[in-house]
Amino acid sequence: MEFYRSHVLVCGGTPCVLEGCKAVRDALISEVRRAGLAGEVKVVETGCLGPCDMGPIVVVYPEGITYARVGVKDVPVIVEEHLLKGRAVDRLVLGTGAKEKGVVSYERPPYFELQQRIVLRNCGMIDPDSIDEYIARDGYRALAKCLTEMTPGEVIDAVKESGLLGRGGAAFPTGVKWSFTARATANQKYVVCNADEGEPGTFKDRLILEGDPHSIIEGMAIAGYAVGADKGFIYIRGEYVLSIERLERAIQKAREYGLLGEDILGSGFDFDIEVRKGAGAYVCGEETALIESMEGDRGEPRLKPPYPGTCGLWGKPTVVNNVETLANVPPIILNGPKWFRGFGTERCPGTKVFTLTGDVNNKGLIEVPMGITLRQVIYEIGGGIPGGRAFKIAQTGGTSGGCLPKELLDVPMDYFSLPEAGSALGSGALLIVDDSHCIVDIARCFMKFFKHESCGKCVPCREGTDRLYEIVDKVAQGNGRLEDLDLALELSRVMQVASLCGLGQAAPLSLMTILQYFGDEFREHIVGKTCPAGTCGF
Amino acid sequence: METPEVEKCRTGSSGQPDEIDSILEKYRGRKDALIPALYDIQKVMNYLPESAAVKVAEALEVPVSKVYGVATFYTLFSVKPRGKHIIRVCESAPCHVLGAMNVVKELERELGIKVGETTKDGRFTLELTSCLGTCGVAPAIMIDDVVYGNLTADKIPHILSEYR
Repeated sequence: MEFYRSHVLVCGGTPCVLEGCKAVRDALISEVRRAGLAGEVKVVETGCLGPCDMGPIVVVYPEGITYARVGVKDVPVIVEEHLLKGRAVDRLVLGTGAKEKGVVSYERPPYFELQQRIVLRNCGMIDPDSIDEYIARDGYRALAKCLTEMTPGEVIDAVKESGLLGRGGAAFPTGVKWSFTARATANQKYVVCNADEGEPGTFKDRLILEGDPHSIIEGMAIAGYAVGADKGFIYIRGEYVLSIERLERAIQKAREYGLLGEDILGSGFDFDIEVRKGAGAYVCGEETALIESMEGDRGEPRLKPPYPGTCGLWGKPTVVNNVETLANVPPIILNGPKWFRGFGTERCPGTKVFTLTGDVNNKGLIEVPMGITLRQVIYEIGGGIPGGRAFKIAQTGGTSGGCLPKELLDVPMDYFSLPEAGSALGSGALLIVDDSHCIVDIARCFMKFFKHESCGKCVPCREGTDRLYEIVDKVAQGNGRLEDLDLALELSRVMQVASLCGLGQAAPLSLMTILQYFGDEFREHIVGKTCPAGTCGF
Repeated sequence: METPEVEKCRTGSSGQPDEIDSILEKYRGRKDALIPALYDIQKVMNYLPESAAVKVAEALEVPVSKVYGVATFYTLFSVKPRGKHIIRVCESAPCHVLGAMNVVKELERELGIKVGETTKDGRFTLELTSCLGTCGVAPAIMIDDVVYGNLTADKIPHILSEYR
C-alpha cells in the first residue's frame, strides 16, 4: 500500500462532470507531477460531494478544505499555494474562511454542519471505481459478517429492529418486506434494486450509484442471503449513463474478488447481479410496473395482491428495494440496529438523503437525520432564497408530493409528520419556489407531468390526469371557472381512492395543497382575470 | 419532401439487414429481452422501423403488436425517423422554475423548428422530456447521451456548435 501526505479529491458526479471536472482532474494530475509531488500527493476522482451547483468541487485532505467552482486556470495556484506551501487559496474556499490568517484550518461550511452521512458515507470520499478503497472503509465486512456469523433469520431481525423504512417513497418496513419473501417457498427468488429514479427533483440514487456503487452490490447480496435469492437485478434509468458504467465495472470487480458469484467467501452462498436498463417511463418506478418492464412488457402496474414479495418477477418471490434503502443495509448490519436508531426519530430512525432544487442558494445532495425541519434545510443548509426574493412554497417529495406554505416551514421532515401536514416525504426531493412565480403556472407544470406519465391502464388516472391539466390550463389561459375548482377537488379525491397505483393516487396531491393554501391566487386568475406574478399571458 | 439524412434513416442504410439479424441472434426466443433488443436496434437504425419490429417479433416469438406497444410506451424509443442528434429538454418542475422555457425558445429559434420536429438537414430533433435527474444544475438538457446543465439562452449557440 502506498502512502501519500495529501489526497486531492475531485468530485466526479454528473453535475460536476457538466461543469468540467474531468479537465480539472487532468490538470491537477499534470500540475502535481510538474511540481514534483507525484509521490506525495494523490489525485482521486470521487462520487458526489453534495453542493452540485458549485461544481467543480475539489477537497484537499488531511485538512479537509473544500474548494468550489474550481477551473483549470485555478489548478496551478492550488498546487503551488496549498500543496507546495501549505496555504489555502482563500478565494476558492467553500465556507467561512480561516479563523486565523495564514493557518490551514477552516470552519466546515454550514452546508455540511447539519448533515449526518450514513448512505453517503463514501460519496466524495473514495474512488468509486476502486473496490479496494471501498473495502478499506469497511466495505463488504457486513456481507462477510452475515455469511459467517448470522443466519438469514438474524439478518432479517436486525433490519426489522433497525426500523428502516423503504426510502423510495412508500416507507414500507424493509425487514418486514424481506420476511415475506424469506417465508415464501419457491425454487427461485430474486432481489431487484429499483434505480428507476424518475420523480422530478430527485437525483439521489444517481449520485449514490455514481459515488458508491459497491454499497448497493453489498446491500443486494445481504438481501439475497436474507431471503434466499441467488440472483439480483438492478433496474436503472437508461439516461443514467455514468451510473450504469460504474455499476457494470463494480459488479465485474466484485466478481473478480469473489464477492459475487458462486460460493461467496467459501460460505456456499451464491449470488450474482445483472443490470437492466429502463427506457424512459416514470411509472416504472412503481414496483409491479418495473417488474412488467423487466419481463419485456409495457410498464403497466399489476393488480395487488399478490405482492411481489410472494409473486413478483416471472411469478417468483421478489424483493424490490430502492437504492438508498439498500445503501443503509451494510452499516445497519455492521453497527447494529441500536446504533441506527440513534439517528432520526423514534418512528423514523436513520437519515434521509434529500435533493435541494429550485430557488435556493445551495442546490444539491444532502443527508440529514429524519425529523429535521424544512426551515433548517432551506435556510441553514440551503442558504435561503437567492436574489433577496421571498419564499413562496416548498414542494416535498417531488411532483407527486404536496406544496407547503411558509406557515408550515417548521414541520419535521419524516414519513409520518409530512403526511399529517398534507404532504409527503416521498423520495426526498425538495423544490423551493420563490414569490416571483405564478402558482397557476407551477400547478400546470405539475399536472402536465402526470398527464404525460400516466400509463393509461386505469381510468381514474388516465382520465383524471388529463382533466386536471385541462382545468388548470384553462385558468392559466384566463378561461377558468370557479366551479371548475370544486370539480378539480372532487376528481382529485376520486383519483386518490380509485387509481390502481401510486402514480394516480399521488398525482392530485400537489394541486389539492395548492388550492388549499393558494386558492386565492387561482380565484384572482378566474374572477379578476389577473396573474399577480405576470406569468400567465392574459 | 424528405431530406437525404431522413431518407437514410427511413431505409436504415446505416443499419444493414444482416446487422439486425446478428443483433437478434443473441436474443432469440427470449421474450424478456424485448427492451434490450429494441435498444440495440435503435442504436444502429436511429429509430424503430416497422420492418425491424417484424423481425424482432419473429426472433423473440412475440406478436408484432406487442413490439409496437412496447416501442411506443417508452420515451427513449421512437417509431418515427429522427435527426442524427436528439435534443431532449427537461420540462419538469425544477427545470421549469429555473427557466426551462427560455431554453426551449432559444433552441427553437436557433434550430428553426418547433418541439417535436426535426431540422431540414436531418441533424437535430428537438423533444421535451420528463425529469433527467440532474436537477442540481437545472435547467438541463440532454443531447444524445450528454447532459448540459445550468443553462441560459446565451449558452445554447455554443453548445449546438459542437454538433453542427
